[in-house]
Amino acid sequence: MKKILTTTVPAALIALGLGATAHAEIRIGASVSATGPAAFLGDPEAKTLEMLVEELNAKGGINGEEVKLVLYDDGGDANKARTFATRLIEDDEVHAIIGGTTTGPSMSILSVAEDAEVPFISLAGAIDIIQPVRPYTFKTPHTDRMACEKIFEDMQKRGITKVGLISGTDGFGASMHAQCKDVVGDYGIEIVADETYDPKDADMTAQLTKIKNAAGVQAVLNPGFGQGPSIVTRNYKQLAIDLPLYQSHGVASDGFIELAGKDAAEGVRLPGTALLVADLLAEDDAQKPVVAAYKAAYEAKYKMPVSTFGGYAHDGFALLVNAITTAGSTEPDAIRDAIEATSGLAGTTGIYTMSPENHLGLDLSAFRMLEIKDGGWTIVE
Amino acid sequence: MSEFLQFLFSGLTVGAVYALVALGFTLIYNASGVVNFAQGEFVMLGGMITVFAHMAGLPIPLAALVAVAATAALGVCLNKLAIEPARGAPVVSLIIITIGASIFIRGAAQLVFDKQIHSFPAFSGDDPIHVLGATILSQSLWAIGGAAAVFVGLWLFFTRTLLGRAVLATSNNRLAAQLVGINTDFVMTLSFALSAGIGALAGVLITPITMTSYDVGLALALKGFAGAMLGGMGNPKGAFIGGLLLGLLEALTAGYLSSQYKEAAAFVVILAVLFFMPQGLFGRKSTDRV
Repeated sequence: MKKILTTTVPAALIALGLGATAHAEIRIGASVSATGPAAFLGDPEAKTLEMLVEELNAKGGINGEEVKLVLYDDGGDANKARTFATRLIEDDEVHAIIGGTTTGPSMSILSVAEDAEVPFISLAGAIDIIQPVRPYTFKTPHTDRMACEKIFEDMQKRGITKVGLISGTDGFGASMHAQCKDVVGDYGIEIVADETYDPKDADMTAQLTKIKNAAGVQAVLNPGFGQGPSIVTRNYKQLAIDLPLYQSHGVASDGFIELAGKDAAEGVRLPGTALLVADLLAEDDAQKPVVAAYKAAYEAKYKMPVSTFGGYAHDGFALLVNAITTAGSTEPDAIRDAIEATSGLAGTTGIYTMSPENHLGLDLSAFRMLEIKDGGWTIVE
Repeated sequence: MSEFLQFLFSGLTVGAVYALVALGFTLIYNASGVVNFAQGEFVMLGGMITVFAHMAGLPIPLAALVAVAATAALGVCLNKLAIEPARGAPVVSLIIITIGASIFIRGAAQLVFDKQIHSFPAFSGDDPIHVLGATILSQSLWAIGGAAAVFVGLWLFFTRTLLGRAVLATSNNRLAAQLVGINTDFVMTLSFALSAGIGALAGVLITPITMTSYDVGLALALKGFAGAMLGGMGNPKGAFIGGLLLGLLEALTAGYLSSQYKEAAAFVVILAVLFFMPQGLFGRKSTDRV
């Protein structure tokens, strides 16, 4: 009798427990860098996910089932991200994972997710996450390579053939620098000066003076992130360099104009997403309703401007919700197949059309070439 | 010529930032032999508090004053709550305490303020000053001037005032200093308050140039420390000249050699100097009586 009590009762309890959760909710796991060095990317991502889950549940969830978000903060540490990914899959039994604010954590989550065959949508930039294509891994942000291509395309239109590069030595700057050097030849453009700076440097006039004096230089491109590009832009104005200056998508935010100063930022061009210029989008733009709704909801709830990075999380969540809705199931393989079948889904970053060969689903049209005028953004046609 | 001048100005701007941070190390080191690794956090607080006080509506001079006073108060707290209870512990333990304090302040700043990058307007506008074809921003002159003023102030303090000599005496031999009637607890508290205040002042002066966020302290402290070591730890003249030299080395390497090697070149020079002059350029030779 005693034996029956110790074995069957817990077994029955477990069975009941499982039965209760399986029908009641859809569990989505997330591990983002809400603190640590990548905090200003991860913080809006975490806030966005929390807000969207709340909104979705208020509207009745997915196919009538409530969505539960299990959110961890990996602090930008790849090892922690791996631990959290394992915990999400084994303890929290999530149906899919969103996260990996930067490339390091993304790579460690994807190895865990691929082994467990759980769909994973990454929020990091590097092309290595989806190339080669892995069956369960997708990502929402466009790659550095696409940003380079967009910039060089614009330079080509302006007849620029010789550029100077000034890149940050941080992960973002170094990666984009390498990608830009890789594709620059396709556009008939030559790099005539190639300088770097440390992300915490206080002054870049020495590097810029060298670029300014390089023979035949027609424009300057600054792949970088954080405060470096703002200082480069100020120094550019200080030296009165009379050439077009291009910044990267890494600083596509209103904060950049504020930090660099309205006067110094005048005329700077950079590739940005629709989210940044929500008010300037044409009425018939497919992204307009999505972008406007997200911007309004986020700014009302958190009293701070939306960022491109929060937009990545928004799109990852939208992809997942769309996939679970169409699949009508929380089976990992069904969700995976549905994400891969995504077609024409308008997000804040671009319009996603996935395929078995392409787990990013964006093309160059996702980027808008923007120019700063009078302290605001304009779209370059 | 104008190219050389531009590299020089760039180096002086960066060097003034390093010198201001380096000067902050001097007082605590002189009073206790402790290298305060939370010095960079004081600089960060100076900038961040000014930014947030300014956003709350205070004019910049008043916001800066609030920042310096608040940071000095925090320096006193650091001494009273963390350093004084560990009195008698070896210097290495005290240094480790300051590392802990630095991590704590950084984490707290992330919660109290935010995780964004901030700046406030330069004191006298953003228009560059032209000199023989090269340019320098007026804020750089503020930073250089500020560093020079702090240096002169510290030098007068240590050589011309009784209190300054009391600080040096405390560092030399705490027990002997107490025996001749120096209140060593007060000296320690004073040195933490002044060091924190100098750090915060540095933060106020350099934020329009470098910008600030909760995590700028560590990088600044490392460069400032390198500058102080180059010039000679504990000597205000060494900190001032060491910081400027480090900045100039970086800018000239970036200008004439390659920006990829600028940090490496600067540190190779520091290593070479310390190899031949272990006390730094202006450090006191220490003699131990056996």
